[in-house]
Amino acid sequence: MLPNLALIVMFTYRPLFQNFYYSTLSWELGSSVATKVGLDNYVDFFSSGEAGKVLLTTAIFTVGTVGFSLALGLMVALALNRKLPGAGFAQATVFAPYVLSGFAVALLWLYIFDPNIGALGAILRALGGTSPDWINNPTLTLVMVIIVYVWKNLGYAAVIYLAGLQAVPNDLLEAAMLDGAGPVRRFWSVTFPLLSPTTFFLLVTVILNSLQAFDLLIGLDRLGRGARTLIFDSYLTGFVEADAGRSAMLSTVLFVILVALTLFQLVYVERKVHYR
Amino acid sequence: MTTIEAAAAPKAQRRGLRALLLRDYLVLVISVLIVLLPLVYLLFSSFKSPGDLATTQFQLMPETWSTANYDQALDQLPFGRFFLNSAIVTVVGAGLKVLLAIFTAYGLVFCEFPGKTYIFWAVLATLMVPPQVTVLPNFVFISGLGGVDTYWGLILPGLATGFGTFLLRQAFMQLPPEIMEAAELDGAGHWHRLWHHVVPMAGPSIATVALVNVVYEWNDYLWPLVITNDPDMMTLARGITLLRNSDNLAASVGPIMAGTVMVLVPVLLLFAVLQRHIVNGFTQGGVKG
Repeated sequence: MLPNLALIVMFTYRPLFQNFYYSTLSWELGSSVATKVGLDNYVDFFSSGEAGKVLLTTAIFTVGTVGFSLALGLMVALALNRKLPGAGFAQATVFAPYVLSGFAVALLWLYIFDPNIGALGAILRALGGTSPDWINNPTLTLVMVIIVYVWKNLGYAAVIYLAGLQAVPNDLLEAAMLDGAGPVRRFWSVTFPLLSPTTFFLLVTVILNSLQAFDLLIGLDRLGRGARTLIFDSYLTGFVEADAGRSAMLSTVLFVILVALTLFQLVYVERKVHYR
Repeated sequence: MTTIEAAAAPKAQRRGLRALLLRDYLVLVISVLIVLLPLVYLLFSSFKSPGDLATTQFQLMPETWSTANYDQALDQLPFGRFFLNSAIVTVVGAGLKVLLAIFTAYGLVFCEFPGKTYIFWAVLATLMVPPQVTVLPNFVFISGLGGVDTYWGLILPGLATGFGTFLLRQAFMQLPPEIMEAAELDGAGHWHRLWHHVVPMAGPSIATVALVNVVYEWNDYLWPLVITNDPDMMTLARGITLLRNSDNLAASVGPIMAGTVMVLVPVLLLFAVLQRHIVNGFTQGGVKG
Protein backbone atom coordinates (compact mmCIF):
# COMPACT_ATOMS: atom_id res chain seq x y z
CA MET A 1 0.00 0.00 0.00
CA LEU A 2 2.95 2.32 0.37
CA PRO A 3 3.22 3.11 -3.34
CA ASN A 4 -0.40 4.22 -3.44
CA LEU A 5 0.05 6.42 -0.39
CA ALA A 6 3.19 7.87 -1.90
CA LEU A 7 1.33 8.58 -5.14
CA ILE A 8 -1.54 10.17 -3.26
CA VAL A 9 0.85 12.42 -1.38
CA MET A 10 2.82 13.14 -4.53
CA PHE A 11 0.03 13.83 -7.00
CA THR A 12 -2.89 14.93 -4.86
CA TYR A 13 -1.72 16.55 -1.62
CA ARG A 14 1.55 18.05 -2.83
CA PRO A 15 -0.05 19.76 -5.84
CA LEU A 16 -2.96 20.88 -3.72
CA PHE A 17 -0.65 22.85 -1.43
CA GLN A 18 1.56 23.87 -4.30
CA ASN A 19 -1.53 25.34 -5.89
CA PHE A 20 -2.10 27.57 -2.86
CA TYR A 21 1.50 28.69 -3.17
CA TYR A 22 1.32 29.30 -6.93
CA SER A 23 -1.80 31.37 -6.38
CA THR A 24 0.30 33.92 -4.48
CA LEU A 25 2.71 34.37 -7.39
CA SER A 26 2.82 36.49 -10.45
CA TRP A 27 4.24 33.87 -12.75
CA GLU A 28 4.19 33.19 -16.44
CA LEU A 29 3.90 29.44 -17.07
CA GLY A 30 7.23 28.13 -18.32
CA SER A 31 9.16 31.17 -17.15
CA SER A 32 11.85 30.78 -14.50
CA VAL A 33 11.01 34.10 -12.86
CA ALA A 34 8.14 34.40 -10.42
CA THR A 35 7.33 37.30 -8.12
CA LYS A 36 5.56 36.90 -4.81
CA VAL A 37 2.48 39.07 -4.82
CA GLY A 38 0.63 37.81 -1.76
CA LEU A 39 -3.10 37.82 -2.26
CA ASP A 40 -3.02 40.23 -5.21
CA ASN A 41 -4.37 37.62 -7.62
CA TYR A 42 -7.42 37.14 -5.41
CA VAL A 43 -7.91 40.86 -4.89
CA ASP A 44 -7.59 41.55 -8.63
CA PHE A 45 -10.09 38.86 -9.48
CA PHE A 46 -12.73 39.75 -6.94
CA SER A 47 -12.46 43.51 -7.35
CA SER A 48 -12.63 43.46 -11.15
CA GLY A 49 -15.80 42.74 -13.05
CA GLU A 50 -14.46 39.38 -14.13
CA ALA A 51 -15.23 37.54 -10.91
CA GLY A 52 -18.87 38.46 -11.27
CA LYS A 53 -18.93 37.31 -14.88
CA VAL A 54 -17.18 33.98 -14.33
CA LEU A 55 -19.09 33.18 -11.17
CA LEU A 56 -22.37 34.10 -12.87
CA THR A 57 -21.59 31.81 -15.83
CA THR A 58 -20.65 29.04 -13.37
CA ALA A 59 -23.86 29.61 -11.42
CA ILE A 60 -26.10 29.62 -14.50
CA PHE A 61 -24.44 26.50 -15.85
CA THR A 62 -24.71 24.71 -12.51
CA VAL A 63 -28.29 25.71 -11.75
CA GLY A 64 -29.38 24.90 -15.30
CA THR A 65 -27.73 21.50 -15.46
CA VAL A 66 -28.74 20.50 -11.93
CA GLY A 67 -32.33 21.68 -12.28
CA PHE A 68 -32.99 19.94 -15.58
CA SER A 69 -31.04 16.78 -14.67
CA LEU A 70 -33.03 16.30 -11.48
CA ALA A 71 -36.46 17.19 -12.87
CA LEU A 72 -36.12 15.14 -16.06
CA GLY A 73 -34.26 12.38 -14.20
CA LEU A 74 -37.15 12.02 -11.78
CA MET A 75 -39.63 11.96 -14.65
CA VAL A 76 -37.73 9.17 -16.38
CA ALA A 77 -37.28 7.29 -13.09
CA LEU A 78 -41.03 7.38 -12.41
CA ALA A 79 -41.67 5.90 -15.85
CA LEU A 80 -38.95 3.27 -15.37
CA ASN A 81 -40.40 2.32 -12.00
CA ARG A 82 -43.58 0.99 -13.69
CA LYS A 83 -41.61 -2.07 -14.76
CA LEU A 84 -43.10 -1.88 -18.23
CA PRO A 85 -41.68 -4.32 -20.79
CA GLY A 86 -38.48 -2.86 -22.15
CA ALA A 87 -37.79 -0.80 -19.02
CA GLY A 88 -34.43 -2.51 -18.53
CA PHE A 89 -33.35 -1.61 -22.03
CA ALA A 90 -34.62 1.95 -21.58
CA GLN A 91 -32.69 2.31 -18.32
CA ALA A 92 -29.44 1.11 -19.88
CA THR A 93 -29.91 3.35 -22.91
CA VAL A 94 -30.64 6.45 -20.88
CA PHE A 95 -27.58 5.80 -18.71
CA ALA A 96 -25.22 5.12 -21.62
CA PRO A 97 -24.21 8.73 -22.42
CA TYR A 98 -22.96 9.10 -18.84
CA VAL A 99 -20.02 6.78 -19.54
CA LEU A 100 -19.06 8.35 -22.87
CA SER A 101 -16.16 10.71 -23.45
CA GLY A 102 -17.29 14.26 -22.79
CA PHE A 103 -15.12 15.61 -25.54
CA ALA A 104 -16.44 13.18 -28.16
CA VAL A 105 -20.03 13.85 -27.08
CA ALA A 106 -19.34 17.57 -27.48
CA LEU A 107 -18.11 17.07 -31.05
CA LEU A 108 -21.15 14.96 -31.93
CA TRP A 109 -23.53 17.69 -30.71
CA LEU A 110 -21.47 20.45 -32.25
CA TYR A 111 -22.22 18.88 -35.62
CA ILE A 112 -25.94 18.65 -34.81
CA PHE A 113 -26.11 22.26 -33.56
CA ASP A 114 -23.96 23.74 -36.33
CA PRO A 115 -26.04 26.55 -37.90
CA ASN A 116 -24.81 25.82 -41.45
CA ILE A 117 -24.46 22.06 -41.79
CA GLY A 118 -26.16 20.75 -38.64
CA ALA A 119 -29.23 18.56 -38.44
CA LEU A 120 -31.04 20.89 -36.06
CA GLY A 121 -30.68 23.88 -38.38
CA ALA A 122 -31.79 21.77 -41.34
CA ILE A 123 -34.91 20.63 -39.50
CA LEU A 124 -35.73 24.18 -38.40
CA ARG A 125 -35.27 25.45 -41.96
CA ALA A 126 -37.51 22.69 -43.30
CA LEU A 127 -40.16 23.90 -40.85
CA GLY A 128 -39.77 27.40 -42.17
CA GLY A 129 -37.55 28.79 -39.42
CA THR A 130 -33.87 29.62 -39.18
CA SER A 131 -31.16 28.16 -36.99
CA PRO A 132 -30.15 30.19 -33.93
CA ASP A 133 -26.48 31.11 -33.95
CA TRP A 134 -25.33 28.68 -31.26
CA ILE A 135 -21.67 29.31 -32.01
CA ASN A 136 -21.27 33.09 -32.05
CA ASN A 137 -23.88 34.19 -29.53
CA PRO A 138 -22.37 33.61 -26.04
CA THR A 139 -25.76 33.27 -24.34
CA LEU A 140 -26.93 30.66 -26.84
CA THR A 141 -23.59 28.87 -26.53
CA LEU A 142 -24.18 28.54 -22.80
CA VAL A 143 -27.70 27.24 -23.45
CA MET A 144 -26.33 24.69 -25.92
CA VAL A 145 -23.70 23.53 -23.43
CA ILE A 146 -26.35 23.08 -20.74
CA ILE A 147 -28.58 21.05 -23.09
CA VAL A 148 -25.75 18.72 -24.07
CA TYR A 149 -24.58 18.35 -20.47
CA VAL A 150 -28.07 17.36 -19.37
CA TRP A 151 -28.30 14.87 -22.26
CA LYS A 152 -25.07 13.26 -21.11
CA ASN A 153 -25.75 13.20 -17.37
CA LEU A 154 -29.49 12.70 -17.07
CA GLY A 155 -29.14 8.91 -16.76
CA TYR A 156 -27.21 9.20 -13.53
CA ALA A 157 -30.00 11.14 -11.81
CA ALA A 158 -32.59 8.75 -13.28
CA VAL A 159 -30.85 5.63 -11.94
CA ILE A 160 -30.30 7.11 -8.47
CA TYR A 161 -33.92 8.30 -8.34
CA LEU A 162 -35.08 4.86 -9.44
CA ALA A 163 -33.24 3.29 -6.50
CA GLY A 164 -34.89 5.84 -4.22
CA LEU A 165 -38.34 5.10 -5.66
CA GLN A 166 -37.93 1.39 -5.13
CA ALA A 167 -37.35 2.06 -1.45
CA VAL A 168 -40.70 3.87 -1.07
CA PRO A 169 -42.88 1.46 0.92
CA ASN A 170 -45.92 0.20 -0.96
CA ASP A 171 -48.17 0.17 2.11
CA LEU A 172 -47.92 3.96 2.44
CA LEU A 173 -48.99 4.40 -1.17
CA GLU A 174 -51.79 1.89 -0.65
CA ALA A 175 -53.01 3.68 2.46
CA ALA A 176 -53.01 6.98 0.59
CA MET A 177 -54.96 5.38 -2.21
CA LEU A 178 -57.58 4.02 0.20
CA ASP A 179 -57.90 7.56 1.55
CA GLY A 180 -58.88 8.53 -1.97
CA ALA A 181 -55.67 10.25 -3.03
CA GLY A 182 -55.22 10.30 -6.81
CA PRO A 183 -51.89 9.59 -8.53
CA VAL A 184 -50.82 13.24 -8.57
CA ARG A 185 -51.69 13.73 -4.92
CA ARG A 186 -49.95 10.46 -4.00
CA PHE A 187 -46.81 11.63 -5.74
CA TRP A 188 -46.60 15.03 -4.06
CA SER A 189 -47.78 13.97 -0.60
CA VAL A 190 -46.11 10.57 -0.25
CA THR A 191 -43.49 9.75 -2.86
CA PHE A 192 -41.77 13.10 -3.24
CA PRO A 193 -41.30 13.83 0.50
CA LEU A 194 -39.98 10.30 1.01
CA LEU A 195 -37.51 10.89 -1.81
CA SER A 196 -36.07 14.00 -0.18
CA PRO A 197 -32.84 12.28 1.01
CA THR A 198 -32.29 11.06 -2.57
CA THR A 199 -33.02 14.53 -3.94
CA PHE A 200 -30.58 16.06 -1.49
CA PHE A 201 -27.88 13.53 -2.30
CA LEU A 202 -28.35 14.16 -6.03
CA LEU A 203 -28.40 17.89 -5.56
CA VAL A 204 -24.95 17.85 -3.97
CA THR A 205 -23.34 15.24 -6.24
CA VAL A 206 -24.71 16.77 -9.43
CA ILE A 207 -23.57 20.25 -8.34
CA LEU A 208 -20.10 18.84 -7.59
CA ASN A 209 -19.98 17.13 -11.00
CA SER A 210 -21.18 20.21 -12.85
CA LEU A 211 -18.52 22.36 -11.18
CA GLN A 212 -15.91 19.91 -12.47
CA ALA A 213 -17.24 19.70 -16.03
CA PHE A 214 -14.51 20.51 -18.51
CA ASP A 215 -14.20 18.20 -21.56
CA LEU A 216 -17.69 18.93 -22.75
CA LEU A 217 -17.29 22.67 -22.32
CA ILE A 218 -14.06 22.98 -24.24
CA GLY A 219 -15.39 20.65 -26.93
CA LEU A 220 -18.45 22.79 -27.58
CA ASP A 221 -17.01 26.20 -26.79
CA ARG A 222 -13.39 26.05 -27.91
CA LEU A 223 -12.41 29.56 -26.82
CA GLY A 224 -14.66 29.88 -23.80
CA ARG A 225 -16.80 32.64 -25.24
CA GLY A 226 -20.06 31.57 -23.65
CA ALA A 227 -19.38 28.81 -21.14
CA ARG A 228 -16.29 30.12 -19.35
CA THR A 229 -16.96 28.64 -15.91
CA LEU A 230 -14.43 28.72 -13.06
CA ILE A 231 -12.66 25.55 -14.08
CA PHE A 232 -12.66 26.43 -17.77
CA ASP A 233 -11.35 29.91 -16.92
CA SER A 234 -8.60 28.34 -14.83
CA TYR A 235 -7.51 26.13 -17.75
CA LEU A 236 -7.58 28.94 -20.33
CA THR A 237 -5.79 31.35 -17.99
CA GLY A 238 -3.07 28.85 -17.10
CA PHE A 239 -2.46 26.86 -20.26
CA VAL A 240 -3.51 29.26 -23.03
CA GLU A 241 -2.72 32.66 -21.54
CA ALA A 242 0.16 31.17 -19.48
CA ASP A 243 -0.78 33.17 -16.37
CA ALA A 244 0.02 30.42 -13.86
CA GLY A 245 -0.50 32.46 -10.69
CA ARG A 246 -3.97 33.57 -11.66
CA SER A 247 -4.90 30.08 -12.87
CA ALA A 248 -3.85 28.58 -9.53
CA MET A 249 -5.90 31.25 -7.75
CA LEU A 250 -8.97 30.27 -9.79
CA SER A 251 -8.63 26.56 -9.10
CA THR A 252 -8.09 27.32 -5.42
CA VAL A 253 -11.38 29.23 -5.38
CA LEU A 254 -13.01 26.24 -7.07
CA PHE A 255 -11.48 23.86 -4.54
CA VAL A 256 -12.79 25.91 -1.61
CA ILE A 257 -16.29 25.77 -3.09
CA LEU A 258 -16.05 21.99 -3.60
CA VAL A 259 -14.86 21.40 -0.03
CA ALA A 260 -17.59 23.61 1.39
CA LEU A 261 -20.24 21.66 -0.52
CA THR A 262 -18.83 18.30 0.54
CA LEU A 263 -18.67 19.31 4.20
CA PHE A 264 -22.23 20.60 3.95
CA GLN A 265 -23.28 17.18 2.68
CA LEU A 266 -21.34 15.32 5.37
CA VAL A 267 -22.97 17.38 8.11
CA TYR A 268 -26.39 16.70 6.64
CA VAL A 269 -25.79 12.96 6.29
CA GLU A 270 -24.54 12.88 9.88
CA ARG A 271 -27.78 14.48 11.05
CA LYS A 272 -29.89 12.07 9.06
CA VAL A 273 -28.16 9.12 10.71
CA HIS A 274 -29.06 10.59 14.10
CA TYR A 275 -32.70 10.84 13.18
CA ARG A 276 -33.00 7.16 12.47
CA MET B 1 -47.23 0.45 -8.02
CA THR B 2 -48.74 -1.10 -11.11
CA THR B 3 -49.88 -4.20 -9.32
CA ILE B 4 -51.58 -2.50 -6.40
CA GLU B 5 -53.39 -0.15 -8.67
CA ALA B 6 -54.58 -2.91 -10.94
CA ALA B 7 -55.84 -4.89 -7.97
CA ALA B 8 -57.52 -2.06 -6.13
CA ALA B 9 -58.77 0.00 -9.02
CA PRO B 10 -62.50 -0.04 -9.65
CA LYS B 11 -63.51 -0.31 -13.28
CA ALA B 12 -64.00 3.43 -13.65
CA GLN B 13 -60.37 3.99 -12.72
CA ARG B 14 -59.05 1.46 -15.20
CA ARG B 15 -59.22 3.92 -18.04
CA GLY B 16 -57.23 6.50 -16.07
CA LEU B 17 -54.66 3.86 -15.29
CA ARG B 18 -54.32 2.97 -18.94
CA ALA B 19 -53.75 6.63 -19.81
CA LEU B 20 -51.11 6.80 -17.09
CA LEU B 21 -49.30 3.74 -18.38
CA LEU B 22 -49.45 5.13 -21.89
CA ARG B 23 -47.92 8.39 -20.67
CA ASP B 24 -45.10 6.53 -18.93
CA TYR B 25 -44.47 4.47 -22.02
CA LEU B 26 -44.28 7.64 -24.04
CA VAL B 27 -41.73 9.10 -21.61
CA LEU B 28 -39.58 5.99 -21.98
CA VAL B 29 -39.83 5.85 -25.76
CA ILE B 30 -39.01 9.53 -26.12
CA SER B 31 -36.03 9.35 -23.75
CA VAL B 32 -34.64 6.31 -25.56
CA LEU B 33 -35.01 8.08 -28.91
CA ILE B 34 -33.38 11.26 -27.62
CA VAL B 35 -30.36 9.22 -26.53
CA LEU B 36 -30.15 6.89 -29.52
CA LEU B 37 -30.93 9.19 -32.44
CA PRO B 38 -27.86 11.44 -32.08
CA LEU B 39 -25.62 8.39 -31.73
CA VAL B 40 -27.13 6.70 -34.78
CA TYR B 41 -26.93 9.97 -36.69
CA LEU B 42 -23.24 10.22 -35.82
CA LEU B 43 -22.56 6.68 -36.95
CA PHE B 44 -24.37 7.17 -40.26
CA SER B 45 -22.78 10.56 -40.80
CA SER B 46 -19.31 9.15 -40.38
CA PHE B 47 -20.00 6.96 -43.44
CA LYS B 48 -21.37 9.78 -45.59
CA SER B 49 -19.45 11.11 -48.54
CA PRO B 50 -17.93 14.58 -47.94
CA GLY B 51 -20.63 16.16 -50.12
CA ASP B 52 -23.47 14.56 -48.11
CA LEU B 53 -21.91 15.66 -44.84
CA ALA B 54 -21.62 19.35 -45.53
CA THR B 55 -25.12 19.67 -46.90
CA THR B 56 -27.65 22.12 -45.53
CA GLN B 57 -30.46 19.56 -45.94
CA PHE B 58 -31.28 17.11 -43.21
CA GLN B 59 -30.44 13.59 -44.16
CA LEU B 60 -30.15 10.70 -41.75
CA MET B 61 -28.74 7.94 -43.96
CA PRO B 62 -25.77 8.34 -46.25
CA GLU B 63 -26.74 8.54 -49.92
CA THR B 64 -23.75 6.41 -50.75
CA TRP B 65 -21.85 4.57 -48.03
CA SER B 66 -18.23 5.62 -48.06
CA THR B 67 -15.21 5.24 -45.81
CA ALA B 68 -13.74 8.46 -47.15
CA ASN B 69 -13.95 10.16 -43.74
CA TYR B 70 -12.02 7.37 -42.07
CA ASP B 71 -9.45 7.37 -44.87
CA GLN B 72 -9.10 11.12 -44.56
CA ALA B 73 -8.77 10.95 -40.75
CA LEU B 74 -6.07 8.27 -41.01
CA ASP B 75 -4.39 10.29 -43.70
CA GLN B 76 -4.27 13.56 -41.78
CA LEU B 77 -3.36 12.23 -38.37
CA PRO B 78 -1.87 9.05 -36.93
CA PHE B 79 -5.20 7.66 -35.74
CA GLY B 80 -3.76 4.17 -35.49
CA ARG B 81 -1.20 5.55 -33.08
CA PHE B 82 -3.91 7.44 -31.14
CA PHE B 83 -5.86 4.22 -30.78
CA LEU B 84 -2.79 2.32 -29.61
CA ASN B 85 -1.89 5.07 -27.13
CA SER B 86 -5.41 5.14 -25.71
CA ALA B 87 -5.32 1.36 -25.35
CA ILE B 88 -1.93 1.42 -23.61
CA VAL B 89 -2.86 4.23 -21.24
CA THR B 90 -6.19 2.57 -20.45
CA VAL B 91 -4.88 -0.95 -19.85
CA VAL B 92 -1.73 0.00 -17.96
CA GLY B 93 -3.33 2.91 -16.08
CA ALA B 94 -6.47 1.05 -15.05
CA GLY B 95 -4.51 -2.15 -14.30
CA LEU B 96 -2.02 -0.43 -12.01
CA LYS B 97 -4.77 1.54 -10.32
CA VAL B 98 -6.68 -1.63 -9.49
CA LEU B 99 -3.52 -3.30 -8.16
CA LEU B 100 -2.71 -0.30 -5.98
CA ALA B 101 -6.28 -0.17 -4.73
CA ILE B 102 -6.19 -3.90 -3.83
CA PHE B 103 -2.94 -3.54 -1.88
CA THR B 104 -4.00 -0.40 -0.07
CA ALA B 105 -7.43 -1.75 0.81
CA TYR B 106 -5.88 -5.01 2.05
CA GLY B 107 -3.47 -3.08 4.25
CA LEU B 108 -6.24 -0.91 5.63
CA VAL B 109 -8.47 -3.86 6.46
CA PHE B 110 -6.22 -6.77 7.44
CA CYS B 111 -3.03 -5.20 8.81
CA GLU B 112 -2.54 -3.45 12.11
CA PHE B 113 -0.32 -0.42 12.27
CA PRO B 114 -0.33 2.92 14.07
CA GLY B 115 -2.28 5.79 12.52
CA LYS B 116 -4.42 3.51 10.36
CA THR B 117 -7.56 5.58 10.83
CA TYR B 118 -5.78 8.78 9.88
CA ILE B 119 -4.39 7.18 6.77
CA PHE B 120 -7.85 6.00 5.80
CA TRP B 121 -9.24 9.51 6.22
CA ALA B 122 -6.36 10.92 4.21
CA VAL B 123 -7.18 8.52 1.37
CA LEU B 124 -10.90 9.27 1.61
CA ALA B 125 -10.32 13.02 1.58
CA THR B 126 -8.69 12.79 -1.86
CA LEU B 127 -12.17 12.20 -3.28
CA MET B 128 -12.72 15.91 -2.64
CA VAL B 129 -9.74 16.91 -4.77
CA PRO B 130 -10.63 16.62 -8.44
CA PRO B 131 -7.78 16.33 -10.95
CA GLN B 132 -8.78 19.72 -12.35
CA VAL B 133 -7.52 21.40 -9.19
CA THR B 134 -4.13 19.70 -9.27
CA VAL B 135 -3.48 19.82 -13.01
CA LEU B 136 -1.25 22.89 -13.04
CA PRO B 137 1.20 21.86 -10.29
CA ASN B 138 1.27 18.30 -11.66
CA PHE B 139 2.04 19.67 -15.11
CA VAL B 140 4.87 21.84 -13.78
CA PHE B 141 6.25 18.87 -11.84
CA ILE B 142 5.97 16.20 -14.54
CA SER B 143 7.19 18.44 -17.34
CA GLY B 144 10.14 19.42 -15.13
CA LEU B 145 11.05 15.72 -14.92
CA GLY B 146 10.84 15.41 -18.70
CA GLY B 147 7.48 13.62 -18.72
CA VAL B 148 5.95 15.57 -21.60
CA ASP B 149 5.12 13.22 -24.50
CA THR B 150 6.00 10.05 -22.58
CA TYR B 151 3.82 7.15 -21.50
CA TRP B 152 4.92 7.42 -17.89
CA GLY B 153 4.10 11.13 -17.90
CA LEU B 154 0.63 10.33 -19.23
CA ILE B 155 -0.07 7.55 -16.76
CA LEU B 156 1.77 8.27 -13.50
CA PRO B 157 -0.06 11.28 -11.99
CA GLY B 158 -3.46 9.62 -12.42
CA LEU B 159 -2.52 6.49 -10.53
CA ALA B 160 -3.21 7.75 -7.01
CA THR B 161 -6.55 6.15 -6.32
CA GLY B 162 -8.85 7.16 -3.53
CA PHE B 163 -12.03 5.90 -5.18
CA GLY B 164 -10.86 2.32 -5.81
CA THR B 165 -9.27 2.03 -2.38
CA PHE B 166 -12.45 3.22 -0.73
CA LEU B 167 -14.74 0.81 -2.62
CA LEU B 168 -12.47 -2.18 -2.12
CA ARG B 169 -12.02 -1.43 1.56
CA GLN B 170 -15.81 -1.62 1.92
CA ALA B 171 -15.86 -4.91 0.00
CA PHE B 172 -12.99 -6.47 1.98
CA MET B 173 -14.60 -5.56 5.30
CA GLN B 174 -17.67 -7.57 4.35
CA LEU B 175 -15.72 -10.79 3.75
CA PRO B 176 -16.39 -13.51 6.35
CA PRO B 177 -13.71 -13.18 9.07
CA GLU B 178 -13.70 -16.95 9.78
CA ILE B 179 -12.05 -17.72 6.46
CA MET B 180 -9.31 -15.18 7.07
CA GLU B 181 -8.74 -16.53 10.58
CA ALA B 182 -8.57 -20.10 9.29
CA ALA B 183 -6.03 -19.06 6.65
CA GLU B 184 -3.97 -17.30 9.28
CA LEU B 185 -4.00 -20.40 11.51
CA ASP B 186 -2.82 -22.45 8.54
CA GLY B 187 0.20 -20.20 8.53
CA ALA B 188 -0.62 -18.48 5.27
CA GLY B 189 1.27 -15.21 4.86
CA HIS B 190 -0.30 -11.93 3.80
CA TRP B 191 0.69 -12.45 0.17
CA HIS B 192 -0.95 -15.88 0.04
CA ARG B 193 -4.06 -14.71 1.90
CA LEU B 194 -4.42 -11.75 -0.44
CA TRP B 195 -4.26 -13.70 -3.72
CA HIS B 196 -5.87 -16.98 -2.63
CA HIS B 197 -8.63 -15.77 -0.34
CA VAL B 198 -9.36 -12.06 -0.53
CA VAL B 199 -9.08 -11.43 -4.28
CA PRO B 200 -11.21 -14.41 -5.39
CA MET B 201 -13.92 -13.65 -2.86
CA ALA B 202 -14.03 -9.93 -3.68
CA GLY B 203 -13.92 -10.63 -7.41
CA PRO B 204 -17.11 -8.78 -8.40
CA SER B 205 -16.10 -5.62 -6.52
CA ILE B 206 -12.65 -5.69 -8.06
CA ALA B 207 -14.18 -6.11 -11.51
CA THR B 208 -16.45 -3.13 -10.87
CA VAL B 209 -13.53 -0.94 -9.83
CA ALA B 210 -11.58 -2.10 -12.89
CA LEU B 211 -14.45 -1.28 -15.26
CA VAL B 212 -14.97 2.19 -13.86
CA ASN B 213 -11.25 2.89 -14.17
CA VAL B 214 -11.11 1.57 -17.74
CA VAL B 215 -13.93 3.89 -18.78
CA TYR B 216 -12.35 6.77 -16.88
CA GLU B 217 -8.90 6.33 -18.41
CA TRP B 218 -10.24 5.91 -21.94
CA ASN B 219 -12.27 9.13 -21.68
CA ASP B 220 -9.72 11.19 -19.74
CA TYR B 221 -9.12 14.44 -21.55
CA LEU B 222 -7.61 17.27 -19.51
CA TRP B 223 -4.36 15.56 -18.51
CA PRO B 224 -3.56 14.16 -22.00
CA LEU B 225 -4.44 17.60 -23.37
CA VAL B 226 -1.76 19.37 -21.35
CA ILE B 227 0.93 16.68 -21.21
CA THR B 228 1.14 15.72 -24.91
CA ASN B 229 2.21 17.91 -27.84
CA ASP B 230 3.58 15.26 -30.17
CA PRO B 231 0.74 13.63 -32.17
CA ASP B 232 2.51 10.27 -31.89
CA MET B 233 1.96 10.32 -28.11
CA MET B 234 -1.64 11.54 -28.06
CA THR B 235 -4.65 9.54 -26.99
CA LEU B 236 -7.74 9.45 -29.21
CA ALA B 237 -9.79 12.22 -27.61
CA ARG B 238 -6.69 14.39 -27.33
CA GLY B 239 -5.83 13.64 -30.93
CA ILE B 240 -9.15 14.73 -32.45
CA THR B 241 -8.58 18.10 -30.81
CA LEU B 242 -6.04 18.71 -33.58
CA LEU B 243 -8.86 18.63 -36.13
CA ARG B 244 -10.98 21.02 -34.15
CA ASN B 245 -8.84 24.10 -34.51
CA SER B 246 -11.22 26.54 -36.10
CA ASP B 247 -14.84 27.57 -35.82
CA ASN B 248 -15.43 26.43 -39.37
CA LEU B 249 -16.64 22.94 -38.59
CA ALA B 250 -17.59 22.21 -42.21
CA ALA B 251 -13.93 22.16 -43.25
CA SER B 252 -13.05 19.10 -41.16
CA VAL B 253 -16.36 17.58 -40.12
CA GLY B 254 -15.76 14.25 -41.91
CA PRO B 255 -12.58 13.23 -40.09
CA ILE B 256 -13.95 14.67 -36.84
CA MET B 257 -17.02 12.42 -37.07
CA ALA B 258 -14.87 9.41 -37.92
CA GLY B 259 -12.58 10.14 -34.96
CA THR B 260 -15.54 10.65 -32.65
CA VAL B 261 -16.93 7.24 -33.63
CA MET B 262 -13.54 5.70 -32.83
CA VAL B 263 -13.61 7.24 -29.33
CA LEU B 264 -17.21 6.31 -28.56
CA VAL B 265 -17.62 2.83 -30.03
CA PRO B 266 -15.23 0.88 -27.75
CA VAL B 267 -16.89 2.24 -24.62
CA LEU B 268 -20.37 1.69 -26.06
CA LEU B 269 -19.51 -1.93 -26.85
CA LEU B 270 -18.12 -2.45 -23.36
CA PHE B 271 -21.24 -0.86 -21.93
CA ALA B 272 -23.54 -3.02 -24.06
CA VAL B 273 -21.92 -6.19 -22.71
CA LEU B 274 -21.40 -5.21 -19.08
CA GLN B 275 -23.93 -2.47 -18.54
CA ARG B 276 -25.24 -3.71 -15.23
CA HIS B 277 -21.78 -3.75 -13.62
CA ILE B 278 -20.86 -0.40 -15.13
CA VAL B 279 -24.05 1.27 -13.94
CA ASN B 280 -23.45 -0.18 -10.47
CA GLY B 281 -19.88 1.01 -10.44
CA PHE B 282 -20.74 4.55 -11.42
CA THR B 283 -23.62 4.86 -8.98
CA GLN B 284 -21.96 3.27 -5.93
CA GLY B 285 -22.61 5.32 -2.87
CA GLY B 286 -25.74 6.70 -4.43
CA VAL B 287 -27.71 3.78 -3.16
CA LYS B 288 -26.89 4.74 0.40
CA GLY B 289 -28.07 8.30 -0.04
